[in-house]
Amino acid sequence: MQKRITLFAGHYGSGKTNIAVNYALDLAKKGLAVTIADLDIVNPYFRTKDSMDRLEKAGVHLISSAYANTNVDVPALPQEMYAVTEDKSRYAVVDVGGDDRGALALGRITPYILEENNYDMLFVANRSRPLTADAASALAVMREIEEAGGIRFTGLVNNTNLGPLTTPETVLDSLPWIEEISRISGLPVVMTTAEKTICPLLSGRIEQVMPLELQSKFWSESI
Amino acid sequence: MSEKVLMKGNEAIAEAAIMAGCRHYFGYPITPQTEIAAYMSKRMPKIGGVFLQAESEIAAVNMVIGAAAAGKRAMTSSSSPGISLKSEGLSYMAGCDLPALIVNVQRGGPGLGGIQPSQSDYYQATRGSGHGDYHLIVLAPDSVQEMADLTFKGFDLAEEYRMPCMMLADGTLGQMMEPVSLDMGDVKKHDKPWALTGTEMKRPHNIVNSLALEPQQLEQWNIERFKRYDVLKKEAMAETYRMEDAEYCIVAFGIAARISKNAVNALREKGIKAGLIRPITLYPFPEEVIREATGRCKAFLSVELSMGQMIDDVKLASDCRRPVHLCSRTGGMIPTPDEVVAAIMKIAEGGNN
Repeated sequence: MQKRITLFAGHYGSGKTNIAVNYALDLAKKGLAVTIADLDIVNPYFRTKDSMDRLEKAGVHLISSAYANTNVDVPALPQEMYAVTEDKSRYAVVDVGGDDRGALALGRITPYILEENNYDMLFVANRSRPLTADAASALAVMREIEEAGGIRFTGLVNNTNLGPLTTPETVLDSLPWIEEISRISGLPVVMTTAEKTICPLLSGRIEQVMPLELQSKFWSESI
Repeated sequence: MSEKVLMKGNEAIAEAAIMAGCRHYFGYPITPQTEIAAYMSKRMPKIGGVFLQAESEIAAVNMVIGAAAAGKRAMTSSSSPGISLKSEGLSYMAGCDLPALIVNVQRGGPGLGGIQPSQSDYYQATRGSGHGDYHLIVLAPDSVQEMADLTFKGFDLAEEYRMPCMMLADGTLGQMMEPVSLDMGDVKKHDKPWALTGTEMKRPHNIVNSLALEPQQLEQWNIERFKRYDVLKKEAMAETYRMEDAEYCIVAFGIAARISKNAVNALREKGIKAGLIRPITLYPFPEEVIREATGRCKAFLSVELSMGQMIDDVKLASDCRRPVHLCSRTGGMIPTPDEVVAAIMKIAEGGNN
Protein backbone atom coordinates (compact mmCIF):
# COMPACT_ATOMS: atom_id res chain seq x y z
CA MET A 1 0.00 0.00 0.00
CA GLN A 2 1.31 3.38 -1.07
CA LYS A 3 2.59 5.43 1.86
CA ARG A 4 2.22 9.20 1.69
CA ILE A 5 5.93 9.90 2.04
CA THR A 6 8.62 7.84 0.32
CA LEU A 7 12.24 8.60 1.20
CA PHE A 8 15.22 7.34 -0.80
CA ALA A 9 18.56 7.24 0.96
CA GLY A 10 21.81 5.31 0.54
CA HIS A 11 25.50 5.43 -0.29
CA TYR A 12 26.42 8.31 -2.60
CA GLY A 13 26.38 7.25 -6.23
CA SER A 14 23.89 4.46 -5.49
CA GLY A 15 21.29 6.00 -7.79
CA LYS A 16 18.99 7.73 -5.30
CA THR A 17 18.26 10.85 -7.32
CA ASN A 18 17.53 8.91 -10.47
CA ILE A 19 15.19 6.51 -8.68
CA ALA A 20 13.44 9.31 -6.79
CA VAL A 21 12.73 11.18 -10.02
CA ASN A 22 11.45 8.05 -11.78
CA TYR A 23 9.37 7.09 -8.77
CA ALA A 24 7.75 10.53 -8.56
CA LEU A 25 6.95 10.44 -12.27
CA ASP A 26 5.37 6.99 -11.87
CA LEU A 27 3.14 8.22 -9.03
CA ALA A 28 2.12 11.23 -11.13
CA LYS A 29 1.26 8.88 -14.01
CA LYS A 30 -1.14 7.10 -11.66
CA GLY A 31 -2.93 10.40 -11.24
CA LEU A 32 -1.65 11.19 -7.75
CA ALA A 33 -0.66 14.69 -6.64
CA VAL A 34 3.10 14.42 -6.08
CA THR A 35 5.81 16.62 -4.63
CA ILE A 36 9.49 15.72 -4.92
CA ALA A 37 11.94 17.25 -2.45
CA ASP A 38 15.68 17.44 -3.11
CA LEU A 39 17.38 17.36 0.28
CA ASP A 40 20.71 16.36 -1.25
CA ILE A 41 22.89 19.30 -0.37
CA VAL A 42 26.12 17.30 -0.19
CA ASN A 43 26.95 16.92 -3.86
CA PRO A 44 25.84 19.84 -6.00
CA TYR A 45 26.92 18.04 -9.20
CA PHE A 46 23.83 15.85 -9.57
CA ARG A 47 20.48 17.27 -8.69
CA THR A 48 16.81 16.61 -8.94
CA LYS A 49 16.65 20.11 -10.40
CA ASP A 50 18.50 18.82 -13.48
CA SER A 51 15.22 17.03 -14.32
CA MET A 52 13.06 20.08 -13.65
CA ASP A 53 11.56 20.21 -17.14
CA ARG A 54 10.49 16.58 -17.14
CA LEU A 55 9.05 16.85 -13.65
CA GLU A 56 7.12 20.03 -14.38
CA LYS A 57 5.68 18.59 -17.58
CA ALA A 58 4.36 15.62 -15.60
CA GLY A 59 2.83 17.93 -13.01
CA VAL A 60 5.25 16.94 -10.24
CA HIS A 61 5.97 19.78 -7.85
CA LEU A 62 9.69 20.21 -7.17
CA ILE A 63 11.11 21.48 -3.91
CA SER A 64 14.79 22.28 -4.09
CA SER A 65 17.08 24.99 -2.88
CA ALA A 66 16.23 28.26 -4.57
CA TYR A 67 19.95 28.70 -4.98
CA ALA A 68 20.65 25.35 -6.66
CA ASN A 69 22.63 25.74 -9.90
CA THR A 70 22.98 29.49 -9.42
CA ASN A 71 25.93 31.70 -8.57
CA VAL A 72 25.24 31.42 -4.85
CA ASP A 73 25.07 27.62 -4.85
CA VAL A 74 25.51 27.03 -1.14
CA PRO A 75 24.50 23.98 0.90
CA ALA A 76 21.21 25.54 1.95
CA LEU A 77 18.02 23.61 2.63
CA PRO A 78 14.91 24.82 0.83
CA GLN A 79 12.58 26.58 3.28
CA GLU A 80 9.70 24.93 1.46
CA MET A 81 10.84 21.52 2.64
CA TYR A 82 8.40 21.66 5.56
CA ALA A 83 5.64 21.26 2.96
CA VAL A 84 6.67 17.60 2.73
CA THR A 85 5.22 16.98 6.18
CA GLU A 86 2.71 19.84 6.45
CA ASP A 87 0.83 19.50 3.17
CA LYS A 88 -0.82 16.14 3.74
CA SER A 89 -2.96 16.46 0.61
CA ARG A 90 -0.02 15.44 -1.60
CA TYR A 91 2.24 12.43 -1.88
CA ALA A 92 5.89 13.26 -1.26
CA VAL A 93 9.07 11.69 -2.62
CA VAL A 94 12.23 12.73 -0.80
CA ASP A 95 15.72 12.48 -2.33
CA VAL A 96 18.00 12.30 0.70
CA GLY A 97 21.71 13.15 0.32
CA GLY A 98 24.33 10.41 0.15
CA ASP A 99 25.72 8.57 3.18
CA ASP A 100 25.34 9.74 6.78
CA ARG A 101 26.56 13.22 5.88
CA GLY A 102 23.69 13.60 3.43
CA ALA A 103 21.10 12.16 5.79
CA LEU A 104 21.98 14.68 8.49
CA ALA A 105 19.82 17.30 6.76
CA LEU A 106 16.83 14.98 6.99
CA GLY A 107 16.86 15.19 10.79
CA ARG A 108 15.15 18.59 10.57
CA ILE A 109 11.84 17.04 9.44
CA THR A 110 12.25 13.55 10.91
CA PRO A 111 10.11 14.26 14.00
CA TYR A 112 7.14 15.26 11.81
CA ILE A 113 7.59 12.23 9.56
CA LEU A 114 7.61 9.92 12.58
CA GLU A 115 4.62 11.68 14.10
CA GLU A 116 2.48 11.23 10.99
CA ASN A 117 3.82 7.67 10.62
CA ASN A 118 2.80 7.21 6.99
CA TYR A 119 6.14 6.77 5.25
CA ASP A 120 8.52 4.34 3.59
CA MET A 121 12.21 4.93 4.08
CA LEU A 122 14.01 2.97 1.38
CA PHE A 123 17.68 2.02 1.30
CA VAL A 124 19.06 2.19 -2.25
CA ALA A 125 22.12 0.04 -2.92
CA ASN A 126 24.20 -1.10 -5.87
CA ARG A 127 26.38 -4.18 -5.40
CA SER A 128 28.81 -2.92 -8.08
CA ARG A 129 29.72 0.03 -5.88
CA PRO A 130 32.89 -1.00 -4.03
CA LEU A 131 31.97 0.46 -0.64
CA THR A 132 28.68 -1.48 -0.50
CA ALA A 133 29.83 -4.58 -2.43
CA ASP A 134 29.28 -6.97 0.47
CA ALA A 135 26.32 -7.21 2.81
CA ALA A 136 28.30 -6.19 5.89
CA SER A 137 29.55 -2.91 4.35
CA ALA A 138 26.09 -2.11 2.98
CA LEU A 139 24.58 -2.67 6.42
CA ALA A 140 27.21 -0.44 8.00
CA VAL A 141 26.31 2.41 5.61
CA MET A 142 22.65 1.76 6.36
CA ARG A 143 23.14 2.05 10.13
CA GLU A 144 25.18 5.26 9.75
CA ILE A 145 22.38 6.84 7.71
CA GLU A 146 19.74 5.79 10.24
CA GLU A 147 21.75 7.31 13.03
CA ALA A 148 22.35 10.59 11.18
CA GLY A 149 18.75 10.94 9.98
CA GLY A 150 17.16 9.75 13.21
CA ILE A 151 14.89 7.40 11.30
CA ARG A 152 14.85 3.66 10.51
CA PHE A 153 14.69 2.12 7.07
CA THR A 154 11.56 0.18 6.17
CA GLY A 155 12.68 -1.48 2.94
CA LEU A 156 15.41 -2.09 0.38
CA VAL A 157 15.83 -1.10 -3.26
CA ASN A 158 18.28 -3.18 -5.27
CA ASN A 159 19.74 -0.85 -7.90
CA THR A 160 22.68 -3.04 -8.91
CA ASN A 161 24.08 -1.92 -12.25
CA LEU A 162 27.38 -1.41 -14.08
CA GLY A 163 26.30 1.62 -16.08
CA PRO A 164 26.45 0.93 -19.82
CA LEU A 165 27.92 -2.55 -19.23
CA THR A 166 24.88 -3.74 -17.25
CA THR A 167 23.54 -7.12 -18.36
CA PRO A 168 20.61 -9.09 -16.93
CA GLU A 169 23.25 -11.22 -15.18
CA THR A 170 24.62 -8.13 -13.39
CA VAL A 171 21.21 -7.80 -11.76
CA LEU A 172 20.56 -11.52 -11.28
CA ASP A 173 23.99 -12.12 -9.72
CA SER A 174 23.18 -9.51 -7.08
CA LEU A 175 20.13 -11.35 -5.73
CA PRO A 176 21.97 -13.39 -3.06
CA TRP A 177 23.63 -10.16 -1.90
CA ILE A 178 20.39 -8.20 -1.48
CA GLU A 179 18.73 -11.24 0.10
CA GLU A 180 21.51 -11.44 2.66
CA ILE A 181 21.07 -7.73 3.48
CA SER A 182 17.34 -8.37 3.76
CA ARG A 183 17.83 -11.40 6.03
CA ILE A 184 20.21 -9.64 8.41
CA SER A 185 18.27 -6.36 8.54
CA GLY A 186 14.84 -7.98 8.54
CA LEU A 187 13.74 -5.53 5.82
CA PRO A 188 11.87 -6.54 2.66
CA VAL A 189 13.28 -5.98 -0.84
CA VAL A 190 10.62 -3.56 -2.02
CA MET A 191 11.84 -3.36 -5.60
CA THR A 192 14.65 -3.98 -8.02
CA THR A 193 15.43 -1.17 -10.41
CA ALA A 194 17.00 -1.47 -13.84
CA GLU A 195 17.52 0.72 -16.86
CA LYS A 196 14.42 0.35 -19.04
CA THR A 197 16.10 -1.62 -21.85
CA ILE A 198 17.28 -4.25 -19.34
CA CYS A 199 13.83 -4.73 -17.77
CA PRO A 200 12.21 -6.87 -20.49
CA LEU A 201 15.16 -9.28 -20.16
CA LEU A 202 14.41 -9.68 -16.47
CA SER A 203 10.70 -10.36 -16.76
CA GLY A 204 9.66 -13.57 -15.07
CA ARG A 205 13.03 -13.82 -13.37
CA ILE A 206 12.62 -11.15 -10.70
CA GLU A 207 9.49 -9.75 -9.11
CA GLN A 208 8.80 -6.03 -8.81
CA VAL A 209 11.21 -4.57 -11.35
CA MET A 210 10.93 -0.84 -11.81
CA PRO A 211 12.21 0.42 -15.17
CA LEU A 212 14.39 3.53 -14.97
CA GLU A 213 14.72 6.30 -17.47
CA LEU A 214 18.20 7.71 -16.87
CA GLN A 215 18.20 11.41 -16.17
CA SER A 216 21.78 12.16 -15.22
CA LYS A 217 23.34 14.96 -17.19
CA PHE A 218 26.59 13.08 -17.65
CA TRP A 219 24.88 10.03 -19.04
CA SER A 220 25.47 11.15 -22.55
CA GLU A 221 26.38 9.25 -25.69
CA SER A 222 28.38 12.26 -26.78
CA ILE A 223 31.02 11.78 -24.14
CA MET B 1 39.77 -8.05 -8.01
CA SER B 2 39.03 -8.88 -11.63
CA GLU B 3 35.30 -8.17 -11.49
CA LYS B 4 34.39 -4.74 -12.75
CA VAL B 5 32.94 -2.24 -10.32
CA LEU B 6 31.05 1.00 -10.87
CA MET B 7 33.03 3.97 -9.65
CA LYS B 8 33.22 7.69 -9.85
CA GLY B 9 36.46 8.99 -11.34
CA ASN B 10 37.34 10.51 -7.97
CA GLU B 11 36.87 7.19 -6.19
CA ALA B 12 38.90 5.33 -8.82
CA ILE B 13 41.82 7.68 -8.13
CA ALA B 14 41.55 7.05 -4.40
CA GLU B 15 41.30 3.27 -4.65
CA ALA B 16 44.13 3.04 -7.20
CA ALA B 17 46.33 5.16 -4.94
CA ILE B 18 45.69 2.74 -2.09
CA MET B 19 46.54 -0.17 -4.38
CA ALA B 20 49.74 1.65 -5.34
CA GLY B 21 50.74 1.57 -1.69
CA CYS B 22 49.78 5.11 -0.75
CA ARG B 23 48.93 5.19 2.95
CA HIS B 24 49.24 8.93 3.50
CA TYR B 25 46.51 11.21 2.22
CA PHE B 26 46.25 14.83 3.25
CA GLY B 27 43.52 17.02 1.83
CA TYR B 28 41.01 19.77 2.16
CA PRO B 29 37.53 19.59 0.63
CA ILE B 30 36.56 21.38 -2.57
CA THR B 31 34.04 20.55 -5.29
CA PRO B 32 34.35 18.68 -7.66
CA GLN B 33 36.95 16.41 -6.04
CA THR B 34 35.59 15.93 -2.52
CA GLU B 35 34.82 12.23 -3.11
CA ILE B 36 38.58 11.53 -3.13
CA ALA B 37 38.83 12.73 0.47
CA ALA B 38 35.50 11.13 1.42
CA TYR B 39 36.65 7.77 0.03
CA MET B 40 40.03 8.02 1.74
CA SER B 41 38.36 8.89 5.04
CA LYS B 42 36.39 5.62 4.85
CA ARG B 43 39.19 3.37 3.58
CA MET B 44 42.43 4.57 5.18
CA PRO B 45 41.50 3.80 8.81
CA LYS B 46 40.58 0.24 7.77
CA ILE B 47 44.00 -0.48 6.25
CA GLY B 48 46.25 1.25 8.75
CA GLY B 49 46.71 4.34 6.60
CA VAL B 50 46.49 8.03 7.40
CA PHE B 51 43.62 10.20 6.27
CA LEU B 52 43.96 13.74 7.48
CA GLN B 53 41.76 16.68 6.68
CA ALA B 54 44.13 19.57 7.13
CA GLU B 55 43.20 23.09 8.18
CA SER B 56 43.98 24.39 4.69
CA GLU B 57 45.30 23.40 1.29
CA ILE B 58 48.70 24.83 2.17
CA ALA B 59 48.90 22.75 5.33
CA ALA B 60 47.90 19.63 3.40
CA VAL B 61 50.58 20.02 0.74
CA ASN B 62 53.23 20.59 3.38
CA MET B 63 52.16 17.40 5.13
CA VAL B 64 52.69 15.62 1.81
CA ILE B 65 56.21 17.08 1.71
CA GLY B 66 56.87 15.65 5.16
CA ALA B 67 55.57 12.18 4.36
CA ALA B 68 57.37 12.08 1.01
CA ALA B 69 60.65 13.17 2.65
CA ALA B 70 60.25 10.21 4.99
CA GLY B 71 60.11 7.97 1.93
CA LYS B 72 56.37 7.30 2.02
CA ARG B 73 53.99 7.28 -0.91
CA ALA B 74 51.87 10.34 -0.19
CA MET B 75 49.23 12.31 -2.03
CA THR B 76 46.90 15.26 -1.91
CA SER B 77 44.04 16.34 -4.12
CA SER B 78 42.17 19.53 -4.83
CA SER B 79 40.50 21.54 -7.52
CA SER B 80 41.76 24.62 -9.32
CA PRO B 81 41.66 27.36 -6.63
CA GLY B 82 43.06 24.87 -4.12
CA ILE B 83 45.91 23.97 -6.47
CA SER B 84 46.89 27.63 -6.65
CA LEU B 85 47.24 27.54 -2.87
CA LYS B 86 49.25 24.32 -3.02
CA SER B 87 51.60 25.69 -5.63
CA GLU B 88 54.10 27.01 -3.12
CA GLY B 89 54.39 23.48 -1.77
CA LEU B 90 54.77 22.06 -5.25
CA SER B 91 57.72 24.33 -5.90
CA TYR B 92 59.33 23.23 -2.61
CA MET B 93 58.66 19.62 -3.46
CA ALA B 94 60.35 20.02 -6.83
CA GLY B 95 63.23 21.86 -5.18
CA CYS B 96 63.64 18.99 -2.71
CA ASP B 97 63.32 16.36 -5.48
CA LEU B 98 60.44 14.66 -3.70
CA PRO B 99 58.01 12.25 -5.34
CA ALA B 100 54.28 12.56 -4.62
CA LEU B 101 50.95 12.55 -6.40
CA ILE B 102 48.89 15.73 -6.63
CA VAL B 103 45.42 15.50 -8.15
CA ASN B 104 43.74 18.49 -9.75
CA VAL B 105 40.09 17.90 -10.69
CA GLN B 106 39.77 21.16 -12.56
CA ARG B 107 36.87 23.59 -12.38
CA GLY B 108 36.29 26.89 -14.17
CA GLY B 109 38.36 29.93 -13.22
CA PRO B 110 40.03 32.31 -12.71
CA GLY B 111 39.45 33.27 -9.08
CA LEU B 112 36.75 31.32 -7.29
CA GLY B 113 35.30 30.62 -10.73
CA GLY B 114 32.63 27.92 -10.81
CA ILE B 115 32.28 24.25 -10.00
CA GLN B 116 31.73 22.94 -13.51
CA PRO B 117 34.49 21.17 -15.50
CA SER B 118 37.39 23.01 -17.08
CA GLN B 119 40.86 22.48 -18.51
CA SER B 120 42.06 25.98 -17.92
CA ASP B 121 44.85 25.00 -15.51
CA TYR B 122 46.89 23.57 -18.38
CA TYR B 123 49.47 26.36 -18.27
CA GLN B 124 49.65 26.15 -14.49
CA ALA B 125 50.23 22.39 -14.54
CA THR B 126 52.64 22.12 -17.45
CA ARG B 127 54.72 25.18 -16.59
CA GLY B 128 55.31 24.13 -13.00
CA SER B 129 52.65 26.19 -11.19
CA GLY B 130 54.87 27.65 -8.48
CA HIS B 131 58.05 29.73 -8.63
CA GLY B 132 61.41 28.66 -9.95
CA ASP B 133 62.82 26.43 -12.69
CA TYR B 134 60.91 23.17 -12.48
CA HIS B 135 58.33 20.89 -13.98
CA LEU B 136 55.76 18.42 -12.77
CA ILE B 137 54.98 15.18 -14.55
CA VAL B 138 51.45 15.87 -15.81
CA LEU B 139 49.04 13.05 -16.64
CA ALA B 140 45.70 13.55 -18.41
CA PRO B 141 43.20 10.68 -18.14
CA ASP B 142 40.08 10.53 -20.33
CA SER B 143 38.08 7.83 -18.54
CA VAL B 144 37.45 6.48 -15.07
CA GLN B 145 39.57 3.44 -15.98
CA GLU B 146 42.47 5.63 -17.00
CA MET B 147 42.14 7.67 -13.81
CA ALA B 148 42.84 4.46 -11.92
CA ASP B 149 45.60 3.29 -14.27
CA LEU B 150 47.41 6.64 -14.36
CA THR B 151 47.21 7.06 -10.59
CA PHE B 152 49.04 3.77 -10.24
CA LYS B 153 51.58 4.75 -12.89
CA GLY B 154 51.88 8.28 -11.54
CA PHE B 155 53.32 7.14 -8.20
CA ASP B 156 55.79 4.99 -10.07
CA LEU B 157 56.94 7.77 -12.41
CA ALA B 158 57.19 10.21 -9.51
CA GLU B 159 59.53 7.90 -7.62
CA GLU B 160 61.56 6.91 -10.64
CA TYR B 161 62.28 10.55 -11.54
CA ARG B 162 62.02 11.97 -8.02
CA MET B 163 59.45 14.53 -9.13
CA PRO B 164 55.97 15.51 -8.02
CA CYS B 165 53.41 14.12 -10.45
CA MET B 166 50.12 15.84 -11.18
CA MET B 167 46.97 14.13 -12.34
CA LEU B 168 45.15 16.76 -14.38
CA ALA B 169 41.51 15.72 -14.55
CA ASP B 170 38.34 17.79 -14.68
CA GLY B 171 34.96 17.92 -12.97
CA THR B 172 33.30 15.70 -15.56
CA LEU B 173 35.81 12.89 -15.18
CA GLY B 174 35.84 13.25 -11.42
CA GLN B 175 32.07 12.95 -11.14
CA MET B 176 31.18 10.54 -13.94
CA MET B 177 30.56 6.90 -13.10
CA GLU B 178 31.95 4.16 -15.31
CA PRO B 179 32.75 0.48 -14.92
CA VAL B 180 36.36 0.01 -13.97
CA SER B 181 38.67 -2.93 -13.51
CA LEU B 182 41.14 -2.58 -10.67
CA ASP B 183 43.71 -5.09 -11.89
CA MET B 184 46.74 -2.92 -11.26
CA GLY B 185 49.55 -5.45 -11.17
CA ASP B 186 52.49 -5.33 -8.79
CA VAL B 187 53.78 -2.17 -7.14
CA LYS B 188 57.33 -1.35 -8.27
CA LYS B 189 59.70 -0.81 -5.38
CA HIS B 190 62.10 2.09 -5.69
CA ASP B 191 65.13 2.47 -3.44
CA LYS B 192 65.10 5.75 -1.58
CA PRO B 193 68.60 6.18 -0.12
CA TRP B 194 67.83 9.91 0.25
CA ALA B 195 64.80 9.41 2.51
CA LEU B 196 64.71 10.63 6.11
CA THR B 197 64.18 7.29 7.80
CA GLY B 198 66.60 7.55 10.73
CA THR B 199 70.31 6.78 10.51
CA GLU B 200 70.40 4.26 13.36
CA MET B 201 73.93 5.71 13.77
CA LYS B 202 75.00 3.69 10.72
CA ARG B 203 75.28 6.44 8.11
CA PRO B 204 75.57 10.19 7.80
CA HIS B 205 72.16 11.83 8.06
CA ASN B 206 70.23 12.76 4.93
CA ILE B 207 69.10 16.29 4.21
CA VAL B 208 65.96 17.14 2.23
CA ASN B 209 66.15 20.80 1.41
CA SER B 210 65.54 23.31 -1.38
CA LEU B 211 67.65 26.13 0.04
CA ALA B 212 71.01 26.92 -1.57
CA LEU B 213 72.41 30.35 -0.82
CA GLU B 214 75.46 29.74 -3.02
CA PRO B 215 74.32 30.60 -6.55
CA GLN B 216 76.83 28.16 -8.07
CA GLN B 217 75.28 25.36 -6.06
CA LEU B 218 71.70 26.33 -6.92
CA GLU B 219 72.57 26.58 -10.62
CA GLN B 220 74.10 23.14 -10.47
CA TRP B 221 71.00 21.67 -8.80
CA ASN B 222 68.79 23.17 -11.48
CA ILE B 223 71.00 21.90 -14.30
CA GLU B 224 71.02 18.40 -12.85
CA ARG B 225 67.27 18.47 -12.39
CA PHE B 226 66.74 19.47 -16.00
CA LYS B 227 68.98 16.60 -17.16
CA ARG B 228 66.45 14.33 -15.46
CA TYR B 229 63.62 16.15 -17.29
CA ASP B 230 65.44 15.34 -20.56
CA VAL B 231 65.45 11.64 -19.70
CA LEU B 232 61.76 11.91 -18.73
CA LYS B 233 60.90 12.83 -22.34
CA LYS B 234 60.94 9.16 -23.27
CA GLU B 235 57.88 8.67 -21.05
CA ALA B 236 55.70 10.86 -23.31
CA MET B 237 52.44 9.10 -24.15
CA ALA B 238 49.70 9.79 -26.65
CA GLU B 239 46.82 7.89 -28.19
CA THR B 240 46.21 8.29 -31.89
CA TYR B 241 42.81 7.69 -33.41
CA ARG B 242 42.17 7.32 -37.16
CA MET B 243 45.39 9.21 -37.87
CA GLU B 244 46.71 6.83 -40.59
CA ASP B 245 45.40 8.90 -43.50
CA ALA B 246 44.19 11.99 -41.61
CA GLU B 247 44.32 15.35 -43.35
CA TYR B 248 42.93 17.27 -40.40
CA CYS B 249 44.37 16.54 -37.01
CA ILE B 250 42.45 17.29 -33.83
CA VAL B 251 44.58 17.52 -30.69
CA ALA B 252 42.65 17.15 -27.44
CA PHE B 253 43.15 15.65 -23.99
CA GLY B 254 40.87 14.40 -21.24
CA ILE B 255 37.14 14.91 -21.66
CA ALA B 256 37.72 17.08 -24.76
CA ALA B 257 39.31 14.05 -26.46
CA ARG B 258 36.23 11.92 -25.89
CA ILE B 259 34.07 14.60 -27.49
CA SER B 260 36.59 14.91 -30.34
CA LYS B 261 36.58 11.17 -30.99
CA ASN B 262 32.85 11.39 -31.72
CA ALA B 263 33.52 14.37 -33.95
CA VAL B 264 36.19 12.41 -35.88
CA ASN B 265 33.68 9.61 -36.53
CA ALA B 266 31.02 12.10 -37.65
CA LEU B 267 33.53 13.83 -39.97
CA ARG B 268 34.64 10.51 -41.47
CA GLU B 269 30.99 9.78 -42.29
CA LYS B 270 30.90 13.05 -44.19
CA GLY B 271 34.01 11.94 -46.13
CA ILE B 272 36.39 14.28 -44.33
CA LYS B 273 39.62 12.62 -43.26
CA ALA B 274 39.93 13.71 -39.67
CA GLY B 275 42.00 12.10 -36.94
CA LEU B 276 42.79 12.65 -33.29
CA ILE B 277 45.96 12.87 -31.25
CA ARG B 278 45.22 12.59 -27.54
CA PRO B 279 48.17 13.53 -25.32
CA ILE B 280 48.09 11.31 -22.22
CA THR B 281 51.15 13.00 -20.73
CA LEU B 282 50.92 16.79 -20.95
CA TYR B 283 54.40 17.07 -19.50
CA PRO B 284 56.37 15.66 -21.15
CA PHE B 285 54.26 16.74 -24.13
CA PRO B 286 54.16 14.10 -26.90
CA GLU B 287 56.05 16.31 -29.36
CA GLU B 288 57.20 13.48 -31.60
CA VAL B 289 53.66 12.36 -32.42
CA ILE B 290 52.67 15.94 -33.32
CA ARG B 291 55.86 16.46 -35.33
CA GLU B 292 55.23 13.29 -37.27
CA ALA B 293 51.66 14.35 -38.06
CA THR B 294 52.83 17.79 -39.18
CA GLY B 295 54.33 16.31 -42.31
CA ARG B 296 51.08 14.68 -43.35
CA CYS B 297 48.26 16.92 -42.17
CA LYS B 298 46.87 20.12 -43.67
CA ALA B 299 45.94 21.71 -40.36
CA PHE B 300 45.59 21.15 -36.61
CA LEU B 301 42.60 21.90 -34.40
CA SER B 302 43.18 22.16 -30.67
CA VAL B 303 39.98 21.32 -28.76
CA GLU B 304 40.04 22.53 -25.17
CA LEU B 305 37.93 23.56 -22.20
CA SER B 306 39.80 26.86 -21.89
CA MET B 307 40.47 30.00 -23.90
CA GLY B 308 43.24 28.01 -25.62
CA GLN B 309 46.33 26.93 -23.70
CA MET B 310 47.55 23.59 -25.06
CA ILE B 311 47.33 25.17 -28.51
CA ASP B 312 50.70 26.81 -27.76
CA ASP B 313 52.35 23.43 -27.31
CA VAL B 314 50.82 22.18 -30.55
CA LYS B 315 52.28 25.22 -32.34
CA LEU B 316 55.69 24.62 -30.75
CA ALA B 317 55.72 20.90 -31.52
CA SER B 318 54.69 21.49 -35.13
CA ASP B 319 57.11 24.43 -35.48
CA CYS B 320 54.10 26.36 -36.82
CA ARG B 321 54.54 24.60 -40.15
CA ARG B 322 50.78 24.09 -40.39
CA PRO B 323 47.95 26.36 -39.26
CA VAL B 324 46.78 25.55 -35.73
CA HIS B 325 43.15 26.46 -35.00
CA LEU B 326 41.19 26.50 -31.78
CA CYS B 327 37.77 25.13 -30.86
CA SER B 328 37.01 25.74 -27.23
CA ARG B 329 34.49 26.55 -24.54
CA THR B 330 35.39 27.86 -21.14
CA GLY B 331 34.05 28.74 -17.70
CA GLY B 332 32.54 25.29 -17.18
CA MET B 333 30.99 24.92 -20.65
CA ILE B 334 31.83 21.87 -22.77
CA PRO B 335 32.12 21.92 -26.56
CA THR B 336 29.72 19.54 -28.33
CA PRO B 337 30.84 17.10 -31.04
CA ASP B 338 28.82 19.23 -33.49
CA GLU B 339 30.86 22.32 -32.62
CA VAL B 340 34.07 20.39 -33.27
CA VAL B 341 32.70 19.05 -36.56
CA ALA B 342 31.74 22.59 -37.62
CA ALA B 343 35.21 23.89 -36.76
CA ILE B 344 36.90 21.26 -38.95
CA MET B 345 34.39 21.85 -41.79
CA LYS B 346 35.24 25.52 -41.72
CA ILE B 347 38.96 24.77 -41.91
CA ALA B 348 38.37 22.27 -44.74
CA GLU B 349 36.42 24.92 -46.66
CA GLY B 350 39.37 27.26 -46.34
CA GLY B 351 37.90 29.55 -43.70
CA ASN B 352 39.80 30.87 -40.73
CA ASN B 353 38.67 30.09 -37.20
